[in-house]
Amino acid sequence: MEFFIISMLNGLSYGLLLFMLSSGLTLIFSMMGVLNFAHASFYMVGAYFGHTLTGWIGFWPALVIAPLLVGACGALFELITLRKVHPFGHVPELLVTFGLSYVALELVQLVWGRTAVEFPPPEILRSSAFTLINHSVNGLSVVWGTATADACVAADAAIRVVCSPFPATRGFMMLVALLMLLSLWLLLTRTRIGLVIQAALTHPEMAESLGHNVPRVFMLVFGAGTGLAGLAGVIGGSTFVTEPAMAATVGSVIFVVVVVGGMGSLSGAFLASVLIGVIQTFAVAIDYSFLTLAKDMGWALSAATQDNSFAKLTLSQVAPILPYLFLVLILIFRPKGLLGTREG
Amino acid sequence: MAAVYKFKPYNVGRWIIWSAFAGILLMAPLVFTSNLSTTMLAQMGIAIIACLSYNMLLGQGGMLSFGHAVYTGLGSYMAIHALNAVSGGKLHIPVSVLPIVGGLSGMGFAVLLGWVTTRKSGTPFAMITLGVAELVFAMSLMFSEFFGGEAGVSGNRVAGEAFFGITYGPQIQVYYLIAAYTFVCVALMYAFTQTPLGRILNAVRDNPERVEFIGYNTQRVRYIAFIIAGFFAGIAGGLGALNFEIVTAEVVGAGRSGAYLLFTFLGGATFFFGPIIGAILMIIAFVLLSELTKAWLLYLGLIFLFMVMYAPGGIASLIMMNLRVAKFGKLRQIWTSYLGLGLTAFVMLAGAGAMIEMVYHLQLNSALGDTVKFMGATLNAKGLDSWFGCAFVMLTGLGLFELSRRQYMTEWGEIQTEIEKEIKRRETAV
Amino acid sequence: MSTTYALELKDVRKNFGKTEIIRGVNLAVEPGERVAVIGPNGAGKSTLFNLISGRFGPTSGDILLNGQRIQHKTPYEINRMGLARSFQITNIFPKLSVFENLRCAVLWSLGYKYTFFKFLSGLKDANERADQLLEMIRLDKKRDILAMNLTYAEQRALEIGVTIAGGADVILLDEPTAGMSKSETSRFIHLIKEVTVGKTLLTVEHDMGVVFGLADKIAVVVYGEVIAFDTPEAVRANAKVQEAYLGSSVADSQAGGH
Repeated sequence: MEFFIISMLNGLSYGLLLFMLSSGLTLIFSMMGVLNFAHASFYMVGAYFGHTLTGWIGFWPALVIAPLLVGACGALFELITLRKVHPFGHVPELLVTFGLSYVALELVQLVWGRTAVEFPPPEILRSSAFTLINHSVNGLSVVWGTATADACVAADAAIRVVCSPFPATRGFMMLVALLMLLSLWLLLTRTRIGLVIQAALTHPEMAESLGHNVPRVFMLVFGAGTGLAGLAGVIGGSTFVTEPAMAATVGSVIFVVVVVGGMGSLSGAFLASVLIGVIQTFAVAIDYSFLTLAKDMGWALSAATQDNSFAKLTLSQVAPILPYLFLVLILIFRPKGLLGTREG
Repeated sequence: MAAVYKFKPYNVGRWIIWSAFAGILLMAPLVFTSNLSTTMLAQMGIAIIACLSYNMLLGQGGMLSFGHAVYTGLGSYMAIHALNAVSGGKLHIPVSVLPIVGGLSGMGFAVLLGWVTTRKSGTPFAMITLGVAELVFAMSLMFSEFFGGEAGVSGNRVAGEAFFGITYGPQIQVYYLIAAYTFVCVALMYAFTQTPLGRILNAVRDNPERVEFIGYNTQRVRYIAFIIAGFFAGIAGGLGALNFEIVTAEVVGAGRSGAYLLFTFLGGATFFFGPIIGAILMIIAFVLLSELTKAWLLYLGLIFLFMVMYAPGGIASLIMMNLRVAKFGKLRQIWTSYLGLGLTAFVMLAGAGAMIEMVYHLQLNSALGDTVKFMGATLNAKGLDSWFGCAFVMLTGLGLFELSRRQYMTEWGEIQTEIEKEIKRRETAV
Repeated sequence: MSTTYALELKDVRKNFGKTEIIRGVNLAVEPGERVAVIGPNGAGKSTLFNLISGRFGPTSGDILLNGQRIQHKTPYEINRMGLARSFQITNIFPKLSVFENLRCAVLWSLGYKYTFFKFLSGLKDANERADQLLEMIRLDKKRDILAMNLTYAEQRALEIGVTIAGGADVILLDEPTAGMSKSETSRFIHLIKEVTVGKTLLTVEHDMGVVFGLADKIAVVVYGEVIAFDTPEAVRANAKVQEAYLGSSVADSQAGGH
């Protein structure tokens, strides 16, 4: 039971992290028609900036400053590169961000090296947010913070106690993501610029003819989107690992999220992020394979079937491809995406 | 009929070009005789087929794919399994036919995966190709019987019976096999551009909506083109399997797909021969440039960015633009500008390059001491004077380059106007 | 005994969200008729064309081409059944030459489909037809010019060429003379008359002089409904039309004559 709860929360937190990234991507795509191939690179840069800034000024100031720096980099990139390519169409814009992903990776490796760097979370987040104690006699209980050592040890051999901690970093991730979600929602529904963005999400051509200072708006949107990615980077980098490969690991998943959720749909991105986050987190932890299922169900299998590598695959081994399988299925059965309203 | 200015090679020219191409393929290893050259030439042939098949999608069909390596890679895997079957006596086909096995596999996978992939176009299409590529790559780590796990699948191309004494043991024999396939594939892919489907594919690229209103199902057009491109991609993969005698998971990886995109675009997606240039550059970069400097991926990324911004038609378009200028006899006006541009760019890039090399040295090779050799000069990566010197060189170069560039732009603009006038004059004169 | 209409619309309705754009259109066009579709801006004329040609489908109602239902079919299916349309905003293939544009447009109707086993240069009938069209639309001097390098009027001519190339019997022209000068317009109308001999023609037009010179019948569309469908003289005298439409332009054409 506690496995389910903790995994669910872990999955949610991962999904919310994915949403932080894919929301920025969706916003940029909707407002500007640009698919920012380098979005995950900004995530990585955010983590590295966070790492360095934490060393200089501490985690909490870094949490604020690093995303701003990343956003500034994004705005700068838009100014000197993307803007030049905008008149050529969407494909060159995509290609330019593609090129940026190479350059960003090389520059990061140049400055910080090719191996992972130490980016520990701040003191306050190093322990558990709460611990679920499953006592075979007393039942399920919650303890804030880390449970004490003797609470997790059974007094008697007959009693089973399982302590499942929920890391504070994960909890913080969810908190920041939810706060971001809330502010985004407020921005979109309560402010004027939010109204414009909402319109752009479903009718991008109209947004262009609205008479705003379009180049400046583009720069701001790109900067904001990449800033969000940077924020996700600070949190993700401190919770997981900060290394050059982090861009690649999360990069393709967020594209899947955006297609599965429906191009240009923020709520779709949210739904898809959470879905994929939860499913993957559960899958990674489950060692079930077709063989074990057959065993549990009491099915008799031939020797050949038992030897088959397909049958021996556990769910945890298959976990990495689940998002992409999801993508293919959505494309077959619901090409518009879960909540999509636009044809790509 | 009134004569109109055409910029097309005449039919005689066409024969010359193809013969020259065949000639180059035949003679190249006789001119570049070292082992390294032969290896590189062989790889270039493979890359040419791969990049041309990629451009069928990108340049001719307007379909940006981030996962073309899936089809070359899976072609490689099927070919090497077939090779092992031939070695084991279970399959009786000549080794020289194995690339066709690769081609058919590439085609088969394109039929399967392409149906899902071509349901969308434009940006969603690009993302789907990315997703499918990641799917296949992730699967390569799961199914080790087919993909060979970490070690990959190896084979021995000296298998079956020798054909007139040709065993494909020596690299040079493999090169000529590759050259033969390259010639045929290039010819076939060129022929495709002259067929109804090829032309409608171009129309789909230009205006997919209109195509529907002249009776064509654009999705079907894209799907068929995707399958044909998959066929040629598989052939390239099969040749690769024979050439390297080993196939590892990286052949379906994102790096390889990215390389196809990068270099096809660099060579020029808007002209048929552009990807050929790109393929040659790709092999030179991967084999030679990577040895020369550790910063080569950075340089590559920067060059690519530069090209997308200032020359989106690639090197091929630059050549063609200047050929047009030459045809009108205006090249001598501008060649001094080019000289100026080239020299100042060289100075600027030398300075920048030196600094980048020093940084890389500090990062990666500091154990080897502080000095870096760059273009004959010895620089001290930790010495302030080296840094100042390089920065100075770069900034001077930058300033001069900017001056040179402005001069060039004015002259280029003038020449273009003159050419336009000349074209109009010729049109109305007849 | 009922004749099969070339094009028939039965109570066609189209909503975009909650807004009713087309509110019950009934129209029956005989084969060979030339119909001008007129009406104030925003009346729904282009929407009607989009519905007929398959760009999107009606919310309800039937659209019949030669007696067969075509609503909700894809544009290419409808085109293959014998209906072709031009666009108000020129919609050609910019990077192909004029000749190539026309040749592409004839390929399907000549049965070449998705073939990649034949060379374009060897397709005698396609090349001849394309050359024929080239002369009909008077662009033979611009045969190998890229479509994006033509003048506006030339592009409009090419647009018509691409539309009629497939040999469709029912042609829809969406504001073919939009943006043209007076002299260009009269030349263009002459061209349209020539190239659509024997075909059923529907054209959206704003120039009343053109309308009264070209059309056998006029359909007046106002607020998503056809309020009149009759000969030019009858429409001119129709009180509803005079009331609903901008009376001044009708009066001007009456006075000016042609």
